[in-house]
Amino acid sequence: MRLERRSHRPLFLVLVSPLIAIAAALAIAGILIAMAGAPVLEAYWRIGVGAFGSRLAATETLTRATPLILTGLAAAVAFRARLWNIGAEGQFYVGAITVAALGSGALSSLPGAVLIPILFAAGALAGMVLMLLPLWLRLRFSVDEVVTSLLLNFVAVLFVSLLIDGVLKDPLAFGWPQSLPVGDHALLPKLIARSRLHIGLAVAVAAAVIIHLVQSRTVFGMRSRAAGLSPAGAVFAGVPFGRTLVMVACLSGGLAGLSGAIEVMGVKGYVTTDLSPGYGYSGIIVAMLANLHPVGVIAATVFTAAMFVGADGMSRALGIPSYIADVTVALSLLTMLIALFLTQYRIRR
Amino acid sequence: MTALFDTLASAGLWAATLRIATPLIFGTLGAVLCERSGVLNLGIEGIMTFGAMVGWLTVFNGGDLWAGMLAAALAGAAFGLLHALLTVTLGLSQHVTGLGITLFASSLSYFLFRLNVPLASSPPTIEPFQPLSIPFLSDLPFFGQAVFTQTAPTYLAILMAVFMTYVIFRTPLGLAIRMTGENPHAAEAQGINPVGIRYGTIMVGSALMGTGGAFLTLSAFNSFFPTMVQGRGWICIALVVFASWRPGRALLGALLFAFFDAFQLRLQAALGGIIPYQIFLMIPYFLSIAALAVMARRARVPQALMQPYRRGER
Amino acid sequence: MVHQHFSLAPNLTVLDNIMTGTEKLWSFKSETVTARTKLLGIVQRFGLDVDPDARLGDLSVGEQQRVEILKALYNDARILILDEPTAVLTNIEAERLFRTLKEMARQGLSLIFISHKLDEVMAAADRIVVLRGGKVAAERLVGQTSKADLAELMVGHRVTRPVRDQAAPGAVVFEVTGVTVRQGGVDRLKDVSFHLCAGETLGIIGVSGNGQTTLAHLVSGLAKPSDGGMLLFGEPVANLSVRGLIESGVGRIPEDRNKEGAIGEMSIWENTILERVWSPAFSKYGLVNRKAGMAFAERIIADFDVRGGKPASRTRLLSGGNMQKLILGRNLSDRPRILIAAQPTRGLDEGAVAAVHARILEARRQGTAVLLISEDLDEVIGLADRIQAIVNGRLSPAIAAETADPRRLGLMMAGEWRQTEGAVNAS
Repeated sequence: MRLERRSHRPLFLVLVSPLIAIAAALAIAGILIAMAGAPVLEAYWRIGVGAFGSRLAATETLTRATPLILTGLAAAVAFRARLWNIGAEGQFYVGAITVAALGSGALSSLPGAVLIPILFAAGALAGMVLMLLPLWLRLRFSVDEVVTSLLLNFVAVLFVSLLIDGVLKDPLAFGWPQSLPVGDHALLPKLIARSRLHIGLAVAVAAAVIIHLVQSRTVFGMRSRAAGLSPAGAVFAGVPFGRTLVMVACLSGGLAGLSGAIEVMGVKGYVTTDLSPGYGYSGIIVAMLANLHPVGVIAATVFTAAMFVGADGMSRALGIPSYIADVTVALSLLTMLIALFLTQYRIRR
Repeated sequence: MTALFDTLASAGLWAATLRIATPLIFGTLGAVLCERSGVLNLGIEGIMTFGAMVGWLTVFNGGDLWAGMLAAALAGAAFGLLHALLTVTLGLSQHVTGLGITLFASSLSYFLFRLNVPLASSPPTIEPFQPLSIPFLSDLPFFGQAVFTQTAPTYLAILMAVFMTYVIFRTPLGLAIRMTGENPHAAEAQGINPVGIRYGTIMVGSALMGTGGAFLTLSAFNSFFPTMVQGRGWICIALVVFASWRPGRALLGALLFAFFDAFQLRLQAALGGIIPYQIFLMIPYFLSIAALAVMARRARVPQALMQPYRRGER
Repeated sequence: MVHQHFSLAPNLTVLDNIMTGTEKLWSFKSETVTARTKLLGIVQRFGLDVDPDARLGDLSVGEQQRVEILKALYNDARILILDEPTAVLTNIEAERLFRTLKEMARQGLSLIFISHKLDEVMAAADRIVVLRGGKVAAERLVGQTSKADLAELMVGHRVTRPVRDQAAPGAVVFEVTGVTVRQGGVDRLKDVSFHLCAGETLGIIGVSGNGQTTLAHLVSGLAKPSDGGMLLFGEPVANLSVRGLIESGVGRIPEDRNKEGAIGEMSIWENTILERVWSPAFSKYGLVNRKAGMAFAERIIADFDVRGGKPASRTRLLSGGNMQKLILGRNLSDRPRILIAAQPTRGLDEGAVAAVHARILEARRQGTAVLLISEDLDEVIGLADRIQAIVNGRLSPAIAAETADPRRLGLMMAGEWRQTEGAVNAS
């Protein structure tokens, strides 16, 4: 048995590979559910109902999807240029805490129409700065950015913890470590009344579309794709390699920072150290499931968010730990890697 | 100044250094072994988490402490096999595969733990490894307290570093591993099977990672809780670079690192009122990043690291 | 077998490199003492001096080659095949190698020495077999032949220049004087000088690995000169940039079309415009003008007979010949003033070769100055007006193509242009 590279990737296979990967992940997770002694199909049915069964459930899933779309995009744009930004989690937190600092203080008296864009920009900027350090270390000292961006995640969370225990601590929170809340002007308007769903979703979807356009229509998009696909080919064609990577890093870090900003302004209003249930890491999975396509990120996010939201209800009803959602989602990354491999190679005897 | 000296002279500091170093020694040795044959194993964080969980669960369900260590090692090897399948046989990106394994192994640990142990306000505990009393040595003044009050796995970790140094630098197998990591094509031309070598190192290396995780729940603490590994795996990956891929230096690096950690804990206790504790907690991560920046250019990276090997394909 | 490219691990010691795979994998201990004794015995027997404990990467290339030979001898080889063993050696190292080889032959080993260089075979061998076009062209004993004889046998008698119009060279458009390129501490090009005139082709011949890649990179804007001067269209330029070259009308055909010439996973139209996407014709306000790119690709596909793909299909799907036509097309479609063609027909089939040659001749006829860097002697003789040889990073003086006979070219490629009795700088 040997592997043979396909002369071209059938579009059909590329499109169905995420579905096959998700199905395989669900099947394997199903074995775990069965081993735990619960009916598998009912468990999945309940996850589906929990995620989409009611207006409340559906809006909750979309609320959960909002930051994830942005961290997924952060990973997708970076990976496409072969820049391994694994630091979206940390960038999310610095974006969030920046917004809490600015939105609760001096700026909070500004009208929303002015304040909200400023806070978006500030959150994104904070994320960018955090991503530029690993990139600088890579370009200057050839340090693998995977490990540095990962390590900075822990630093970022500690930094947030430092601030919400200190200068940004909310004195009215009964001693709980949480930040001062942002002013009312900084809160994002709701997309649907009587739900938690806010206009952040529209921002995230718009970001996906804009990034798709940037990647497919602009000089920068073309160059960053070339730099990722073939550094030697890009350099021969005169693509400024370092500058392109810096721009990709800014875009990626900025999206993750924006994600944190939006989560604070849209849902909680303040920052705690458990603001993110791993949005940064799930973003990597979402990006891979989407095959790094920005619009695909939206679809992959809906699956991921639905698993997380639906698993809670299923867990209560059947006594299966809700961590099964994390397991399934992580599995889908591995099965997706294999599925992508099979779109490129065929197995020959 | 005297306070500083007292701290340095306290046996407790040195005992804590060894304790903190143990999981790092296991993890770094495991990562060194994988990378020596040319494979980056970013599954380490998840494998350590899984090792911590499965070791603890084995003991919680009535198993022997050593049975817990063994279970952790075997579970680690199983994840290693998965990593090898994906990165060696299929030649997939070692970065993404490793992260995938970390996410999968940690979420699976939380799932299996929660399945077996329902949520409670205080997590259940087990009876962990007790300090090994070594006749004569443990009774030495100062050294007895500082060095010879450790639990058995700590001594095992140190012996493992010595053993691995021997295997890697003094045996034909070690040479085959090094050659595979430097130039798998040359290894193949000289009659060595690089694929087999890589499968072996990844599985054994991952077993060591699992063991390192188990130390956390079976010796350092007595219970399991999510996110308890706290980036130790990533620190190990940085320590590998710091150690220039040498097991002996990995031991030293882990000890040095643990010393800073133990020292900052004491500093934190002394200066907690003045400097926030988070600053101290950040130090290990910054140290790792600094170590990477200093060593990345200087160290002799295995030349075939992260390059998939396919027969006849250059 | 000792290959031209070493199969060694630079981070390991000499002894490690040699011992790999010689012992049972699961032995408890490496018998380094025994191995070292055996190795030192071989070292002494043949005078192959190396320190067994040195890190391989710290050794000179000549010493590394000795390690390769030692590796074979350590495994008790009786027949040694050396493929281009001197390609990477300095003269002194090469002489030393020849002495070792003689000694090995004297002690009863059989040696096969593969080389392009006439001096060397004359120095190293007892019997010489000349290969041409995959066939044995001749067999000679060293005592009964000469370098000139061999050169003629190597090049063959089929050197007939295709009929074509006389060159009418115009003004000098590109001039390189005394340029040295240093990369990683090594001088890849040494004191190189040449010039290009409008409407004429300069061919650079040479045995593979003598600096052609660096020369191509230099004139394509990828390598910086560390010394020397360049005049492009009469203007002094310190560094050539990719964009600057394209803006001033220089077309570039890279020697590795799959790695540098095109990005396989991008579409054909993207590959046609990637190197000129900054041009107002193809982008405005940072937005790529997809329509213009598609039209450009469409035009190239039609004009240059690129088969097997539409503008939107992946470039990887094209055959080598069609990919090369695409690369030619994007460079030639707006009449460049200079065309740099590095190994333009490497790996192509006969039909594609003919098409590429026709395009290059056509460009020259229309007044383009062509720099043709090629290892294919027939190609250079067929296309060039003047010829220079590159040997070990140095360029020979130019000779007029009309005066090129097989013997002379062979000697030039062997680095012996000083003996080609007064090379004329025909321009």
